[in-house]
This record gives sequence, C-alpha cells and structure tokens, in this order.
Amino acid sequence: MNRVIKLRKGLDIRIQGVAEKNPVSAPPSETYALKPIDIQGLTPKLSVRPDDMVKAGSPLFFDKYRPDILFTSPVSGRVKAVLRGERRKILEVVVEADGKQDFLEYRKGDPLQMKRAEIVETLLKSGVWPFIRQRPFDFVANPADTPKAVFISLFDTSPLAPDYSVILKGKEKTFQTGINVLKQLTDGKVHLGIHPEKSDQSFVNALKNIEIHTFSGPHPAGNVGVHIHHIDPVNKGEQVWVVNPQDVLIIGRLFEEGRFDARRVVVLAGSEVKKTGYFETMMGASVEPMVKDNVKEGALRYISGNVLTGKKIEPSGYIGFYDSLISVIPEGKYFELLGWALPGFDKFSFSRTFFSWLRPGKTYRLDTNLHGGHRPFVLTGEYEKVMPMDILVMQLFKAILTDDIDMMENLGLYEVVEEDIALCEFIDPSKTEMQQILRNGINALLKELG
Amino acid sequence: MKALRKYVDKIKPHFEKGGKFEAFHSTFEAFETFLFVPDKVTTSGSHIRDPLDMKRTMIVVVIALVPTMLFGMWNIGYQHFLALGEQVSLGQAFWFGFLKMLPIIVVSYVVGLGIEFLFAQLRGHEVNEGFLVTGFLIPLIVPVDIPLWMLALAVAFAVVIGKEVFGGTGMNIFNPALTARAFLFFAYPAWMSGDQVWVAGLKHGLQGVDGFSGATPLAEAAAGKIDQLPSVWHMFLGTIPGSIGETSVLAILIGALILIYTGIGSWKIMLSAFTGGLVMGLILNLFAANPYMEIPAWEQLFMGGFAFGMVFMATDPVTSSQTETGKWIYGFLVGIMAILIRVLNPAYPEGVMLAILLMNVFAPLIDHYVVEANIKRRLKRAKVRVQ
Repeated sequence: MNRVIKLRKGLDIRIQGVAEKNPVSAPPSETYALKPIDIQGLTPKLSVRPDDMVKAGSPLFFDKYRPDILFTSPVSGRVKAVLRGERRKILEVVVEADGKQDFLEYRKGDPLQMKRAEIVETLLKSGVWPFIRQRPFDFVANPADTPKAVFISLFDTSPLAPDYSVILKGKEKTFQTGINVLKQLTDGKVHLGIHPEKSDQSFVNALKNIEIHTFSGPHPAGNVGVHIHHIDPVNKGEQVWVVNPQDVLIIGRLFEEGRFDARRVVVLAGSEVKKTGYFETMMGASVEPMVKDNVKEGALRYISGNVLTGKKIEPSGYIGFYDSLISVIPEGKYFELLGWALPGFDKFSFSRTFFSWLRPGKTYRLDTNLHGGHRPFVLTGEYEKVMPMDILVMQLFKAILTDDIDMMENLGLYEVVEEDIALCEFIDPSKTEMQQILRNGINALLKELG
Repeated sequence: MKALRKYVDKIKPHFEKGGKFEAFHSTFEAFETFLFVPDKVTTSGSHIRDPLDMKRTMIVVVIALVPTMLFGMWNIGYQHFLALGEQVSLGQAFWFGFLKMLPIIVVSYVVGLGIEFLFAQLRGHEVNEGFLVTGFLIPLIVPVDIPLWMLALAVAFAVVIGKEVFGGTGMNIFNPALTARAFLFFAYPAWMSGDQVWVAGLKHGLQGVDGFSGATPLAEAAAGKIDQLPSVWHMFLGTIPGSIGETSVLAILIGALILIYTGIGSWKIMLSAFTGGLVMGLILNLFAANPYMEIPAWEQLFMGGFAFGMVFMATDPVTSSQTETGKWIYGFLVGIMAILIRVLNPAYPEGVMLAILLMNVFAPLIDHYVVEANIKRRLKRAKVRVQ
C-alpha cells in the first residue's frame, strides 16, 4: 500500500553550500575514531588500551549496562589514543589504520533463512548492532526487545543533506539484505519513507518485504520520527527501531560478506567549503583529508552532521557514529549595530518580520550568531508551525522545565527526539536551548520510571 | 559604528564582575544589547538561529502602534481647538498634541524601565523587552491631562504588581497596560470617566464653546443620547474625543494589518473578538429594550476602545490563550463580554478593559481544556493500539 502524505508544517532552510553531487576522492584517513558521546544513553567501558592491535570488527568498547552490545573498530591497526574529558569521560577512541584492513570474520548467510537469535548474535558480535536505534529516546536498541515495527527514512530534508538516491544507486541487492535482516527482528513491518522526487523510484520498486510510504513537504518531512508519527505512532510502553539508509547497507554487507564493512559515503558541504562533494570513506574517519586546503579563510565551525542537530568538531576531528554529512559554516562572532531593528534584506528568517520569504529562490550564507539573548517563552503558536506532529510543543517544554513527569508523558515526550525539535529551536525568538532541555526531560523521565 | 563599538568595549569592564559599576551590570547590558545585537554564538543545539529575537518582535508592535500615536497626537490638538472654537492648521494641532503627549511618554518609559532595570539587576538577568511595548501602550489609553504623578503611580503598579511579582515578561497573567488603566480607573475614577477628561484643558477649567461636548460616543450612548452620536465616518476616522489611541479605527486598522502581515499579532484573536462583539451586538439588537441596545451591531465595533483593545491588548501573547484553539474561544469571549458590559452595565461605560482582564484570568482554563483534548487523543490512540 502506498500512502502519499503531504506535510505542510515545517521549513526548508535555504542555506548556501549544497554539495555538488560529484564523487570526490581524498587521501584515506590515517586515523579513525569512535566517539561514545555520539551515542545516546551510553556508558562506555573500554575493551582496549592504547597500543593494542585491533582488526576491523574488534571491540573497542562496550555498553557498561548491556555488555553484549559491542562497538567495534572500522579499521585494522593500532589503538593510538583514548581521549578523555571532564571526570574521565571517554570522548574518543582513536585507531591508527595499518592500511591492511584485516577483518574479523563472522558467520554470513541469508537472513531470511536464519533464526532471529542467530541474527542478533552476529549483529552484536560484529559491533553492527548499535546502528539500530530505538524510538522513543534514540538509544541503541535493546536486543531483548521486539519492536512493533522498523522504520527507515530514505530521504533527508535537513539543510545541506546528502542525496540518498545518489548514494544508494546500484546497491539494491545489499540494501535488500539489510531489509531482510531487519524484517527478522520485528513482528511487524519494515516501513520505508520515501519522497516523490528525491527518492529513486526504480531503486524503491526493486525492494521487497517493505511497506512504502510517500511523504512530501518541507523539512522535517524526512525525519523518521515524523514518519513514525503518521504511520504507527509510538505510545507509552512501545518501541520502534530505526536505521539510517547507509547503515542498512552496512548490515547487509555483514550478512553478505561476513565482515564489518564500515564504508560510507560522507558528504562535505557548506558555504565555507571550496570544493564540496560526495566522499567515499569509512565511518569514523578523520575529516582532515576532506577539509585540508579546501575551506575558506576566517573563523569556521566544523560540524559532524547537519547545522541543526550536528556536533561541533575540530578540523582534525572525526565523523560522527551515525553521520553522513560534514557541514562547514562561518562562525558568527560579531556585533551588529541595531541589527534587530534594521530591515535585514540579507537575512534568512522563518518570520515575516524579515523579507526572505518574499524571495523563495535566494540562498543565504548562515553563520552561528545567536541573534539575541535568552528570554522566557513569549510568542505562542510558532513552534507548531514547524512541527508536523500533533504535539503542543511549548506546553511539553513547560512540563519538562517544571519537572512535571506526568505531563511530559501525556504531551508526547515518547514521540520526539532532538532532530524533531531542532527546527523549533532554530525559529525560537526566545533562544531557548530546546534540544538540551528535551534530553534533560527524557533523562528525568527515565530516572523517575526507574 | 566602529567608534561606538570601541567606546562600549572600553567602558564594558567597569560593569563586569569586579568593576566599579558592577551593580549596574544589567542596565549596561540592556543598553549594549539595545545598540548592538550581541556577538554570542551558538554553543548547544542548533548551530544556526533565526535572526528574529524578542527585541524585533517588540519593535514590530511599536511600529504598528505608531499610526494611532501620530493620529492621537493630532486629535488632541484638534479636539482642544475645536472646544475653543478656533481654527488651526494640521501642523499646529499636531504640535499641540505632541507637546502634551511627550511628558506622558517620557514618564511612562522612565518609570517603567527604571523599575524593570532594578528587578533585572536584583535577579541577575538581562532586562526583558516587554516594557518596550507596554510603555508605548500606556500613554495611548490614559486621559490627555492626567497628572504625571498619577501616571507614574499607575506605571509602577502595572510593572510591579502586573508583571514583576509573577516573574517578569512571559510569566504575567494580566495585560500590564490594562493593569495600569484599571489602577487609574479604580483609584482615581473622577479622572478616568466623564465629559471633561478626554479633551485637553477641559479638566483644568477650560470652557468649551457652545455646542461643544467633550463626551465620547460611549458616554453619549450610555446617557441615552443616541441622536448625539457622531457619524460612523467620524468614528472610523477618529475625529472624536476619547483616549488617545482608541479613536481612529483607521489608524488601528493599519496597525492590525502590520501585526497580521508580520505574524506577530494573532489574527485568530482579532477575528474572533470582532465576531464575538458583533454577535453580542446582534443579540442586543434582538432584545432592543433601550436605544443603546438598538445601535446597529457593527457600529458598536467602531465605538470606544473596542477596536484598539481587540487589536493591541487582547492579542498580547503572554496573557491571552496560548493554544491556537484556545485563541478562538478566548477572542470570541472577550468580544462578547466587552459589548455586554458596555451596554448592560451602567457603572462601566467601557467594557473592553474589564472584558480583557476577565478573560486574562480565564485564558489558562481555556488552554487547560485544549491541552486535555490533546492528551486524550494520545491516550485514545494508545488504547486503540492495544485492542
């Protein structure tokens, strides 16, 4: 059954620097890192020490509270360093690649012929399991759970997002294997969210064992959380599992080749990048080869992920665990005389108090300036204009800020994660730290529920 | 701009921790952020942000109020010289009004902002921009000859009791400008109603020429003098006595369009409020027990402070309903109550202020039911699933 759902609420941020859809090569990265902070709800415990030798697929660390969930190295080589932050929190586990790419071997096979327990075991042992996340809360899925469905969003509407129809071209077979794996993990369906134009119809039509749903509209139409809300919403006590499209390929390759093949196409985009493009690299690679001599002068912000939800990294930093995009934008540390009172023809805004809405084709060079100071909630009804879900956003946030656990549950805390709130945070005139507050609310809820 | 920035940077350390004027940090910051959008960058969450902030939101409302302020200034002069039986030019009338208004505006902002700065410093956060609008609204709803000390008291009352005790901008229950007017109305009633307060000079013993009445249309209607009502055209233009901002429906309309176009003022509240007023007017027309009730429903919308109140006061986002569904209900009820109080209650010739303040109290209740409905939908969905 193909349902076409037209979403009206949201905002496409017209930011400059969309990547050219050209494959670009860069010298392979010398070091690769896994960052435990990329993974929500994880307390990592190390499996290795500096100078240990590892193969591709060897465990680097595991989840302290669920020790069967391993996080493995994408490359073979030597553990170079373990970077720690405040209170000895593990920030990065860095591996220096030896260039040989020795793999640990796992049992391969046709997932449709395998039992669920076998599949789970292979996924856990190889370190591929963590690519499967659960909603609510976006934690790594619990192997002991059975989700009511699995959702994959095949298109990304966030600013400067990769075009998955380009990335997935020709990879139907492996993608199908990945789907078959996921199908075995749930009692329900595997749902695929596609876009009428952005998604390659011939690719989609070649896939089986899935249910296709078509969504159109501005960002966040591509967010898997939005798809879930419209197809099979998550209620208290339920879970669905979600996987990124390129990680479905990694899962597929695991069962086809018997190894953790962490290859990923990473898009380099942003107004400050000289030559943008689609880089063939691996998960956890350093961004240095991509950005070296390839960015403009000035104070820049390097982001692993998109400008709404990504994490700040250094130019020598590493691609995030789940990320397929590196965004480079200018820092916005400057004063603007009476900036709030001037017409601001060169500014991009959701609001009609500026004039960007009158020029629908224009793109803008957006920087990191906060554009104001933090204030209490004043304007109402604005967040709902960019939230294509039946959620009263301000009321939910007031419940979180007042530690009202019951209200948080009642108003839909189970249905949203940071990426669904990011647009609300973008347009917020009160400059509230909404993504942070949301995560605080989730943590408070879990603490209360025990 | 560079020289100004350099100067600000030079004196800034005095206001930071350890500096000589540390106690005035909030005040300094208020002026600094008024002059310059700060150079803060994002440190958590979304790396990019919309350039819309609270200052811009407030300035749009002030811009929307400017037509009523300008017209009001001219009208002060016009009514004053009309009372004297003199003919004056547009410029003279405006200048007279401007000079009358200037002290009122200055007192309103100085007292209000002074108290806001004090609270911000005591609480240790940035001065909020809410008073930029309130300070502009209050002069528009007081009588032109109001003693400045009385005005200062009212502003202080409004800022402290109407806003700060609740936690400042964003936390208050009552519309602060209306709180000021309510204070004046109940503390100094002789100054807030009657035939003499709405035209400059009448209260100070100026004798109007024969045939001049300083009564507002509402006062005439309340007294049953329906035949003395100005024509609808005059009420639309605003060349009648009344509080400074309320008389010209035309100027208010321009302001309403600015608010609706920019999305800062809720068109839902405006539309439902006018609808509510119309409905109540029609109900009264139906009963027609006295000449006041017989005034055509749509004319009621032009009289008194109805248009001004519904466009600029009822739409205050903090004190009105905060859910979109709630705004329809809230606006409708404000419209109904305003006309009801005005026509049926002999003690209050104008019902707008009281209707809005009353609905400010009930707005959270309306929101509560909208929120409950959202919750019930979610629970029902869960139950359906379990089946």
